[in-house]
Amino acid sequence: MPLARRSLLKSASLSLLGLTALPPFLARAAEALPTGRRKVLVTLFLRGGADGLSLVPPVGDPDYHRLRPNLALGAPGTGDGSALRLDDTFGLHPGLAPLLPWWKEGALAAVHAVGLPQPVRSHFDAQDFVESGTPGVKATRDGYLNRALAALPTEATASAFRAVALQPTLPRALAGDAPALALESLERFRLLAPGRTGPISFDSLYAAAVDEALRSTGLETSSALSHVADKRLADQPPHHGAAYPRSPLGRRLQDLARLIHADVGLQLAATESGGWDTHILQGRERGPFTQRAKDLGESLAAFATDLGPRLEEVLVVVLTEFGRTARENGNRGTDHGTGGTVLLLGGKVRGGRVLGPWKGLAEPYLLDGRDVPSLTDLRAVLAEALMTHCGLATTEPVFPGLGSPPTLPGLLGG
Amino acid sequence: MKPFGPLGVGDNVMDVTPHRTALWCVVALVAVGCTSTSKTPSPSAAPTVATLVLPDTGWSEDQRALHALRRLAYGPSPQDWAEVRRSGVAHWMALQLHPQHLPDDAVAARLEPLSTLRLSTEELMTRYPPLRQQARELGFPLESPEDRRELAMMLGTDALPRRVSADLMAQKLIRAVESRHQLQEVLVDFWFNHFNVSAEKGPVRWMVTSYERDAIRPHVFGRFRDLLGATARHPAMLFYLDNWTSVRDGFEPLRRGRLPPAFRKNARGLNENYARELLELHTLGVDGGYTQEDVREVARVFTGWSLNRPRLAPAFVFRADAHDPDEKRVLGSPIASGGEKEGEQVLDMLARHPSTARFLATKLARKFVSDEPPATLVDRLAQVFLDSDGELRAVYAALFTSPEFWSDAAWSAKTKTPLELVASSLRALGGTTDGGPPLARAVERMGEPLYRAPAPTGYPEHATPWVNAGALVSRLNFALALAADRVRGTEVDVKTLLPRPWPEDTGTLVDTLALRLLYEPLSPQTRATLLAALEPGEDGRMPDGEVRPVDLRRAAGLLLGSPEFQKQ
Repeated sequence: MPLARRSLLKSASLSLLGLTALPPFLARAAEALPTGRRKVLVTLFLRGGADGLSLVPPVGDPDYHRLRPNLALGAPGTGDGSALRLDDTFGLHPGLAPLLPWWKEGALAAVHAVGLPQPVRSHFDAQDFVESGTPGVKATRDGYLNRALAALPTEATASAFRAVALQPTLPRALAGDAPALALESLERFRLLAPGRTGPISFDSLYAAAVDEALRSTGLETSSALSHVADKRLADQPPHHGAAYPRSPLGRRLQDLARLIHADVGLQLAATESGGWDTHILQGRERGPFTQRAKDLGESLAAFATDLGPRLEEVLVVVLTEFGRTARENGNRGTDHGTGGTVLLLGGKVRGGRVLGPWKGLAEPYLLDGRDVPSLTDLRAVLAEALMTHCGLATTEPVFPGLGSPPTLPGLLGG
Repeated sequence: MKPFGPLGVGDNVMDVTPHRTALWCVVALVAVGCTSTSKTPSPSAAPTVATLVLPDTGWSEDQRALHALRRLAYGPSPQDWAEVRRSGVAHWMALQLHPQHLPDDAVAARLEPLSTLRLSTEELMTRYPPLRQQARELGFPLESPEDRRELAMMLGTDALPRRVSADLMAQKLIRAVESRHQLQEVLVDFWFNHFNVSAEKGPVRWMVTSYERDAIRPHVFGRFRDLLGATARHPAMLFYLDNWTSVRDGFEPLRRGRLPPAFRKNARGLNENYARELLELHTLGVDGGYTQEDVREVARVFTGWSLNRPRLAPAFVFRADAHDPDEKRVLGSPIASGGEKEGEQVLDMLARHPSTARFLATKLARKFVSDEPPATLVDRLAQVFLDSDGELRAVYAALFTSPEFWSDAAWSAKTKTPLELVASSLRALGGTTDGGPPLARAVERMGEPLYRAPAPTGYPEHATPWVNAGALVSRLNFALALAADRVRGTEVDVKTLLPRPWPEDTGTLVDTLALRLLYEPLSPQTRATLLAALEPGEDGRMPDGEVRPVDLRRAAGLLLGSPEFQKQ
């Protein structure tokens, strides 16, 4: 069978053959699902360095208000636009209000002070290190999600939808030798043939390709195209009355939910949202940051509603390249910092709480006197998601040097 | 697959009378030849260039012509096919190795309107400053994405930094499609990728124009050492791999003095990034026999190689006070204290190292021969590199005259990168392009945003990362749109590819078109698929016996989207 052979060849070349046989306790997760249904990991990258201290503000910490006289959100109940209560220390940005029900029912958690092991304050370098999965090593060719794809157990039938990026081009994290699909949108995933004659058969065009990789990929592509067309995937209405915002992120997550509902064999998905680099006039309960937060909150809440009970099979990790300075700057914005915030939604997340170590914003705890430090390695968060949720046996090929086995932060429960 | 002569081999061409095919070719090629000879000097008038002696591997001259155009060029175009056939493969290749003897006025004229290509980095930064800076100067509030869009509209694209990137991408696409110096363009792409920098990293965006024009392009036929030295000192590389802020341990920037603020902030000791990639990616290769200690020592050597005014008028500067003056040891050799000269000494050493020779020989063989090139070839090329002291033209010549280059194993062995696919499609159709955003976006959709490869490794040269379902759909959609002349800024006319009158039956017509685009006969499977997609009727005849008009554009689109055309 060509598809299996192809993945075998790939695995062999990566010396990963030994990893495809999983210890039973790890394989359990994947096996428990009906055919075509797998645990799905979704990564949502907030590009630009999202301000975690505004997403999940420590409104109970007096230092927060001291450092951010113009930007700090009010403590819960202090009037319009104040934060929503999470616990004694933390609140939720009002833009994320649509997500509060999931927090209360324990399906949503936040992790503060997450970042790269060493501070990297350039967007380019920090995003590169997050996505290559090898901080400090610039020459890594492929992305951590692509290596995870090669290392995760596969089923006998390959699916072109096993790894999907809901964006026009593959992100660095998914780039590499293992096949992954970039989808601008389901609506546009079809052959756009001008003219008037009969249908084009991708299948037969590629069925006899001499080149083995082209032939097998051609067949995968063909089946993916007909799947989307035959089931009219792009037209499927959301389940459970979910209402997505009409934003790029909303549309992408809606397409993603369609793929999950259609059981196309999706395992890893990646998408992103831009505009988080808020140096100037970031705003408090209004302004550019709030617009981004609202879009994020509404899109994710619609996604979770749409998935309904299936949210347990899906884990969404919302991440960013770095947090922002604890102190606001002279332009009522914030600059590039270090420790940031991760949101976890779905799966078996130990939700309804802020996870991970947190020392507060007092002067001695700030890195270089300015940043929330990185107290939880972002790779460890992703490693836990891949191991516990997806059944990855070892993270060594995915995050070399993280430790084997790595120390997991304990974000997901049983 | 056993290669066969690309044109006129009757046995393999289904339903095509060999004589008829050959005749049409001759007619078409002579016509093209006439128009182009009026503009270009005939081969006899060209200056004498030592021709290449090609090994006899049993290939026909046609097969050689096709292979040469697929590897030393972005695929065959009607003009270049005619030129290769007229001057002979060996002579054409020799001229490609000496492009200074080959006038390219038409392309020079096409590049004329892209004025940013001729500006210095300082001029680019002054004339096309970041949007945020323009907003500040105008007192325009920039709070939301809508504000950004509004200001961008007000200013117009000609005042925005994206003009710089757009011109740069446009020249690359125009040159790939239309330049007569095809090998030079293939090599500029190869060496840029070898010494990759990304326009995404801060001010590098304004530096890439000069980087390609001043550091890469002048040296691709020269000595490797010159290429290496030019990249090492270029602001784009110094910024991209952070060496400009790499300083000796214990260095404290003077409180006063005109230092770039970012230098003051970030210059905190040794930064090994450039040193590591210099060894791993630019010269010795990852298995080239160096240690982490060598990386550190090389980083110490390059302390003080820095920049003045990186965001306004970036220029190389050696900061003696930031340089580590103590003795270093690189690859077992002592490097005497010599300030800026130490770096040059290390570059000398690296450029002549046997590991560098082997690493570059492997990369060139992978680029021009196959993803897994034969070891014998790599050995020979590495030896030529060492014997010629890194004379790149000598290495290319050895490569192009090697039996491995002309072997059956190399035939159609490479999968086209997105850029290669886009350029070769336009060339096959005999099209022209302004290289504008729609074409650049097509390359991006297939996975290769130009000048924006994030990692210093550049884009991969082997096939696997390019072959995935999303990319195949993008490739086929591009082919269909292009052949239908629906890519803005690009002009093609499929009809000009066919002789008049058109062949009567669809089968012959498809075969003829296939020969014009692929320059070899179709596989039976692709042919059958094409026919099925073109004519719902039995043999293309309407009930009254009239020939059904064939959708030529769709046929051409399918040919360019076929698996055969993805290979070169």
